[in-house]
Amino acid sequence: MVMTFLRRELVLLARQKADWLNPLLFFIIVLTLFPLGVGPEPNQLRIMAPGIVWIAALLSVLLAAERLFRDDYRNGVIEQLVASRQGVMAFVLAKTAANWLSTGLPLVMLSPVVAMLLGVDKAAFIAMMLTLLLGTPMLSILSVLGAALTMSADKGGILLALLIVPLYIPLLIFASAAIEAAGMGLSYSGQLAILVAMLLLALALVPLAVASALRINVS
Amino acid sequence: MTDFFCARGLSCIRQDRVLFQGLDLELVPGQLLQVQGKNGAGKSSLLRLLAGLSTPDDGEILFQGLPLSQQLDQFSTSLCYIGHQSGIHEHLTALENLAFWRAAYELPYQDNLSLLGELGLAGLEDVPCRMLSAGQQRRVSLARLWLTQAPLWILDEPFTALDQHSIARLQQRFHQQLAAGGAIIVTTHQPLSVDFPSLKTLELAYRW
Repeated sequence: MVMTFLRRELVLLARQKADWLNPLLFFIIVLTLFPLGVGPEPNQLRIMAPGIVWIAALLSVLLAAERLFRDDYRNGVIEQLVASRQGVMAFVLAKTAANWLSTGLPLVMLSPVVAMLLGVDKAAFIAMMLTLLLGTPMLSILSVLGAALTMSADKGGILLALLIVPLYIPLLIFASAAIEAAGMGLSYSGQLAILVAMLLLALALVPLAVASALRINVS
Repeated sequence: MTDFFCARGLSCIRQDRVLFQGLDLELVPGQLLQVQGKNGAGKSSLLRLLAGLSTPDDGEILFQGLPLSQQLDQFSTSLCYIGHQSGIHEHLTALENLAFWRAAYELPYQDNLSLLGELGLAGLEDVPCRMLSAGQQRRVSLARLWLTQAPLWILDEPFTALDQHSIARLQQRFHQQLAAGGAIIVTTHQPLSVDFPSLKTLELAYRW
């Protein structure tokens, strides 16, 4: 069932390209504007790189979150799915996976370009790639939760940001700390371990919360 | 089998307005219940209560003798609920929408193409549903009724936007379902054109 649902989500993403191209473009634009704004001094950029990359990643995922459930809520898919009950969890997992594949994974794949733009050295680049690989699934999981909670609200976008950004902060702190440590030649396995722990915890618990949020929103 | 599906003393309050109060209903296999009433009388709210989507403000709903709240998972596998909205995504084709619902209901594989042809949608299988007319979208949405094996159907205004021919075909499908021992709860404004011997009507009065 999950595979059928995932295929559906990917077909939808292929037909509504703006949904995932917009956040990606936003990410690239922010990163290209930064060196122009703060000046091309390589040392300064290198110091700021971890924070810049992660803030841009976080905001671009947030941008993609708002529309996650909007259409399916409006046309009654979620209501009728909740009535049938069997499919809800598979639906949540498929949504999360599709969201990561369309917004998180492209960020990981863009990271070499980003490293070049910001003049990041090799050790920090590897750390950046690792944190993005471990951190973006968590961003997707949390944005699915936010979208599920706010899907029936009129001004869902503002509420979504207020709800989800505080949950992103631990991720931001540990991910940028890992890149910074790598840049100074220190070990960053501790930060990575915490990222993995947060990801596993979110993966185990958040889908349950999302499923209940969907039920609450249609009742 | 008398206690297939029944509700006792149901009340529903929406935005400080009592829609209905102390409502009793009983449904046996092979029976069709038609809920009638003015716009805003609470038909859809009643259907959503009966489908287990929301909880009544008072009263209880029993399915096979047990309260709904105790066996939601089991009840929902016996239920096919199609609400006021179509439940189809307008950027997906008829076939893709059908494949989604077949997976959601965990139904075995069936030839969707011939089913869509039977419903007069031949040649439109690969067109995104937003290009279809309202009646054609409704037909895609109702195609699930030809797939499902659920004994209880709850349908909110299924005849909306359908042409005479499609209405007749849907009512034939109702006959099949009732003959197979299923039960149907339906809201509609039009009188049913085919004769149903087991028809029962429930009139919801509009209350201020």
